[in-house]
Amino acid sequence: MAAPESLPALSRGYRPGRRLAQDLGLAFTYLSLIIASVVLFLPMLWAITGSLKSSGVLYSYPPQLFPREWEWVNYLEVFRIVPFLLFARNSVIITVAALAGQVLISALVAYGFARFRFKGRNALFVLLLSTMMLPQQVILIPQYLLYAQLRWIDTYLPLIVPFWFGHAFSVFLLRQFFMTIPRDFDDAARIDGANPWIVFWRILMPLIQPALIAVGILGFRSHWNSFIDPLIYLNSTAKYTLQLGLSYIKSNYLIDSGGDPHENWLMAASIMVTIPTIVMFFVLQRHIVRGVVLSGLKQ
Amino acid sequence: MLRRGLQREDVQGYLFISPWLIGVLVFFIGPMVASLVLSFTDYSIIAPGLSFLGIENYYEIAFDPLFWKSLAVTAYYLALDVPLGQVGSLALALLIHRQIRFKSFFRTVLYLPSVTPIVAAASIWLWFLQPRFGLMNGALALFGIDGPAWLASREWAVPGLALVTLWGIGGARMIIYLAGLQGVPEELREAARIDGAGVWRVFIAVTLPHLTPTIFFNVIIDIIGSFQQFSVAYIATDGGPDNSTLFYVLYLYRNAFNYFRMGYASALAWIMLLLLLAFTLIQFRGARRWVYYGGA
Repeated sequence: MAAPESLPALSRGYRPGRRLAQDLGLAFTYLSLIIASVVLFLPMLWAITGSLKSSGVLYSYPPQLFPREWEWVNYLEVFRIVPFLLFARNSVIITVAALAGQVLISALVAYGFARFRFKGRNALFVLLLSTMMLPQQVILIPQYLLYAQLRWIDTYLPLIVPFWFGHAFSVFLLRQFFMTIPRDFDDAARIDGANPWIVFWRILMPLIQPALIAVGILGFRSHWNSFIDPLIYLNSTAKYTLQLGLSYIKSNYLIDSGGDPHENWLMAASIMVTIPTIVMFFVLQRHIVRGVVLSGLKQ
Repeated sequence: MLRRGLQREDVQGYLFISPWLIGVLVFFIGPMVASLVLSFTDYSIIAPGLSFLGIENYYEIAFDPLFWKSLAVTAYYLALDVPLGQVGSLALALLIHRQIRFKSFFRTVLYLPSVTPIVAAASIWLWFLQPRFGLMNGALALFGIDGPAWLASREWAVPGLALVTLWGIGGARMIIYLAGLQGVPEELREAARIDGAGVWRVFIAVTLPHLTPTIFFNVIIDIIGSFQQFSVAYIATDGGPDNSTLFYVLYLYRNAFNYFRMGYASALAWIMLLLLLAFTLIQFRGARRWVYYGGA
């Protein structure tokens, strides 16, 4: 039985020695976070300083972290050895075209699943979920043969067109979000004579904006970073994306590849390819955690 | 019983989902059936025609040393990457979830590697793990350790690739755990603290049980995703040295697009599908014993 006067202290969880333990815990937390941050940043730092080293400094032993002179010219060299701007343009075209379809059509399909009670809806939704979990390699070869029949090989179409038929995970995420919006919004508009299309486009699309942004972020990353699909479908160098271009530089300028070693160029190119995703992250970072929460992990 | 014909709402619903419905037939169900059929043939895109082999592809796979090798390599990679990745990301998420200063700064720095495109990540790590001029062995040398040849050695190539992906997707795993942590009722943690539970006890008795659905989800997705790992091995090692990083999907890719054995590669794909399906089902069965849905 506690004495009355000690109650307030108890309710704050006060115990002798508690304060010290808390301080130690906090110190441990900061220390761990600082160590983890430094360790995780090291490879990136090594790439950044590597991109600014001359070949002489690059291949000197023991390795030195910071060069005395910064060779910014390595970044220019990347544009000389490969058509980097062309690759960037190709990546932008594919990403924008695929992403537009992925966001718009997935929203349309998600609206259908969220707001209409049609026959077989639940079975179809289960089908949608299972396509999400399925390893893509199972359908890779027939898809390739299909695109070969359509004469789509070495065009951007295999990387864009499928996304104009909706993207399963995006549909799922957007449908979850549609479900959180009260039907009163739809009903009010319907009474005023709006048809389902108007309700979707004018009323609900503005309301689900946070979810659209989340889908956009995920989609941007997957299209911009995509490697295996462009590798399979694009043959001519002029159609390469940035990722394929990077892989091309890697195959030709590694010290172990026997050719002319220039890891500084490879690092410069890697950093330039990464910058857009980092910018995207800083502009939109507050949406990222929300996007994960939205994806229904907590349901 | 009343039989309901197609009504307005049905038609409208089908109309809105029609793009996906067409897409799933053309780009998904069709190819799946085709892939199953192909797996029983000797189809090759360069030779015209195909003949039906029955289960011969599957029979050949059972005696294909490279199939077993690629399965072993993938299993080894999974055994390193998934447990370390999950525990590490959860630990980081727990640290960030505390009430600390510079929270968003730490979250950003720890998440940043995850936004690096996989090709760039692999390139960066090739240089970081470069046996002679890389920072990793340079740093190890400071402690008097003679670092291994990493990606150029048979023993260390898979651990090296695991490091690349631990770095490259750890932040994404951490974000999922942060989202999961938001679902743990703060009142319960507070109540436990008032009852005198220490940090570790609160974690074991309150936080962890509430996190089990997130852990379960994360592990399933992670195993399915990591089993499909291709890009890192393709870029950083191309399966070498001496097939020591011949990931399953890399072997599948080579059969399909280097040797043009599309029937054989389809059979490999179906074996992979069945393996993952079996694995996932086992986990769902086991989940009853440890996943807690009570509070969520």
